[in-house]
Amino acid sequence: MTEYLLLFISAVFVNNILLAQFLGNCPFIGVSNKVSTALGMAMAVVFVITISSMFTWMSVKYLLIPLELEYLQTIAFILIIATLVQFVEIFIQKVSPTLFRTLGIYLPLITTNCAVLGVSIINIRNEYDFMHTLVHSFSAAVGFGLALVLFAGIRERHALCDIPKPLRGTSLALITAGLLALTFSAFKGLL
Amino acid sequence: MLMSIAIAAGIMGAIGVFSAAFLGVAGKVFAIVRDPKVDELEEALVGANCGACGYSGCAAAAQAVVEGRAKVNVCLLGGAETAERAAEVMGVDVTAEETPVATLGCNYGVDNAHLLFDYRGIKDCRAAAMVLGGGKVCAMGCLGLGTCVRACNFGALRLGDNGLPVVDKDKCIACGACEASCPKGIIKLSSTQLRIAHQQESTECLAPCEATCPAQIDIPLYIRSIAEGDYRQAITTIKEHNPFPLVCGRVCPHPCEAACRRGDHDEPIAINPLKRFAADYEMNLNERILPNRAPSTGKKIAVVGSGPSGLTCAYYLSARGHEVKVFEAMPKPGGMLRYGIPDYRLPQSVLDWEIGGVEAMGVEIQCNTALGKDISLEQLEEEYDAVYLAMGAWKSRAMRIEGEDDYPEIESGIAFLEKLAKGERPELGDEVVIVGGGNTAMDCARSSLRLGAANVYLLYRRSRAEMPAAVHEVNDGEFEGIQYHFLSAPIRAVGTDNSLRSLEFQRMRLEDHGGRPKPVPIEGDIGNMKVTNLIAAIGQGPDLTALGTMVDATKWETVLTEIGTCQTNREKTFAGGDFARGGATVVEGVRDGRDGARAIHLFLNGEDMNVPENYLAKPPKFTGVKGGFEVLPTDTPRVEVPVIEKSERVSTFAEVEITLNEEQAKQEAARCLQCGEVCFKGHRGKRS
Repeated sequence: MTEYLLLFISAVFVNNILLAQFLGNCPFIGVSNKVSTALGMAMAVVFVITISSMFTWMSVKYLLIPLELEYLQTIAFILIIATLVQFVEIFIQKVSPTLFRTLGIYLPLITTNCAVLGVSIINIRNEYDFMHTLVHSFSAAVGFGLALVLFAGIRERHALCDIPKPLRGTSLALITAGLLALTFSAFKGLL
Repeated sequence: MLMSIAIAAGIMGAIGVFSAAFLGVAGKVFAIVRDPKVDELEEALVGANCGACGYSGCAAAAQAVVEGRAKVNVCLLGGAETAERAAEVMGVDVTAEETPVATLGCNYGVDNAHLLFDYRGIKDCRAAAMVLGGGKVCAMGCLGLGTCVRACNFGALRLGDNGLPVVDKDKCIACGACEASCPKGIIKLSSTQLRIAHQQESTECLAPCEATCPAQIDIPLYIRSIAEGDYRQAITTIKEHNPFPLVCGRVCPHPCEAACRRGDHDEPIAINPLKRFAADYEMNLNERILPNRAPSTGKKIAVVGSGPSGLTCAYYLSARGHEVKVFEAMPKPGGMLRYGIPDYRLPQSVLDWEIGGVEAMGVEIQCNTALGKDISLEQLEEEYDAVYLAMGAWKSRAMRIEGEDDYPEIESGIAFLEKLAKGERPELGDEVVIVGGGNTAMDCARSSLRLGAANVYLLYRRSRAEMPAAVHEVNDGEFEGIQYHFLSAPIRAVGTDNSLRSLEFQRMRLEDHGGRPKPVPIEGDIGNMKVTNLIAAIGQGPDLTALGTMVDATKWETVLTEIGTCQTNREKTFAGGDFARGGATVVEGVRDGRDGARAIHLFLNGEDMNVPENYLAKPPKFTGVKGGFEVLPTDTPRVEVPVIEKSERVSTFAEVEITLNEEQAKQEAARCLQCGEVCFKGHRGKRS
């Protein structure tokens, strides 16, 4: 149990996928203008990363390794993730229109998100078993959500500040992201 | 080597085929029924999924349009071209869709407003609003730091010289970004349709007159329009809240003038004569100035009663695209406007023109059809999507005195006025006595004079100050020759041979119990007066017999309705005007009509029809000018409304008051202070 807890803390704070591994930076800048949209995106990411890592792990274990085709990993993952997200979208739209409206446009947006692919590949590279994969993927996604919502909160406050003209918009966002990453690096000594 | 490539390609191909098949099956299994129009519409939209419309992607926007939640001009990116294609798919006429425009609800920039302190912090309204609201005395004033200007992506806003944002109407595409960015909710999207449905809220900046007007007319705006010579704009503004400007311009008791800020210092603006001026401008132009009519919705509404409240409701429902039919029991439409107000105050030709305007809006009026006789409420509820009841207050209250029912010379005020309206000119004796102190009593008294009665007395049980009739009516009546007997209540009608001879009355005194003074009889002080005709006008109420127990009533025998929505206990049935209020004024009937139309429209769309959170049910208290700001006097006194000669007044039913001429109107309009709730034009001193 402690092991899973450590894995969780490590994935959320220490090895935060956004701020320590710098994966998934496009939505980090793109959908962080408002906390509400950031929350929606975060939920969709948690959902998709957890499910897709399960399936990619299984595809490696039961398909690629027995056939000795590990070198096809990346390309196979892309296919699998894309199919899965499409399926999930169809499924949710039918089963839970409310959830569909909440996740809305974010689902198709993260079909080819590098964070999703990245988490899947890290799972394989670290030779996690199924449970570890599940916990790690979920935690990494929560870490993504945390960073995204924090960042959106800061950017919302930026809107009220008197910012020098050259720094407005993306430039300040990038500086903030850097400072946030620096802050997160303080978690390095935690484990 | 070749082999391994073949294997890899084969495996990937297999995964691909499997995925495709899987998705194909899933798509079929989990297929949801979609309106084919949604797909067609999605094709018509730009497909950028930009989200600028406020919906998550073009598919969601298309869905919203099909469900009627959004208009065909939803796509901001595609502009008019896309709107036209979308309109084609939906089969509606795009030109009928009126695009809202950002409109500012504050007229005084920081330089001209009353300030609490100087704000020198971050140049952003949202930041400024966090510091005690940003420095203005009023809580809803524009802070002028340009947050909305920066929020606009289309360059439709700029900060003007007076520190207020200026909207370029041609560039505004109604995206609502400015509205969302304004911390005070001052800049808002506004269109005719939105203004028609608007109910005043306590968080808006309202001039005292505007907030006091039961119809909630934007009075400062129409007066400004008159001052600028834009009479068309003036009448348009009035008609957004009151389709009866000709009528109200003549008979309204104008509580607005009592609230006028200029009245605190010299004399109030002649608000009502100015309304009459604008209304007569339209009539003399012989051209109907009507608001945009929304595209037809296919919903049908029945309105019972063609008085001011019923026709107002019909007018605004029709403006919103519904099909409205009005049922009227009398042979001609107009209700109490026709049968209760004498010609010298409101000529029938003027009323006919006004009702013509309602008909021009698309309302159908069917006369000689009474509820309870020719049609029933159940029948209407079945055939129509909603019903609005405005059958007025036609039942007169009895005096409850001895001999009341014994003589033909005693009649009710309503019956008397109805005879006049039908063109009859009843012969009156020399001594006519009217009982009552309201406007109906005044109408009866002044009409009696015109019918040639030598002496017209008005008996009222309280004193002059307590009379419910409009003050100018009481004064005009006195000028024309009515003799008032205050503090007198009738107790017995005496006659011989079925003919009325005299009236015994009790003298009263007033007792103060806080509130309205109560009349108490002075024991033994009984007077007697000679009477040939007695007209009782001591109050009137609705006749609910046609409805039986179908609708809940109040203890005053009026229909019980929800405040602000006019809904009765029956879901589909709404009621307003005198029918719900008892004897009230035209302008209050107009208010109910518009409130009812708003509620019915929302009800038919399945939307929440509750009043807004900060709904202003009663006008707020304006306690003079806040903060010691002085109103500067004008050189020109209040305009005298021209009237016809006294000799002509008491001998004919010709209209007494004459419309202001253009010069008078402009001069009077220029006296207006253009008040906001706190700020006004040309005050002396700047800081409190």
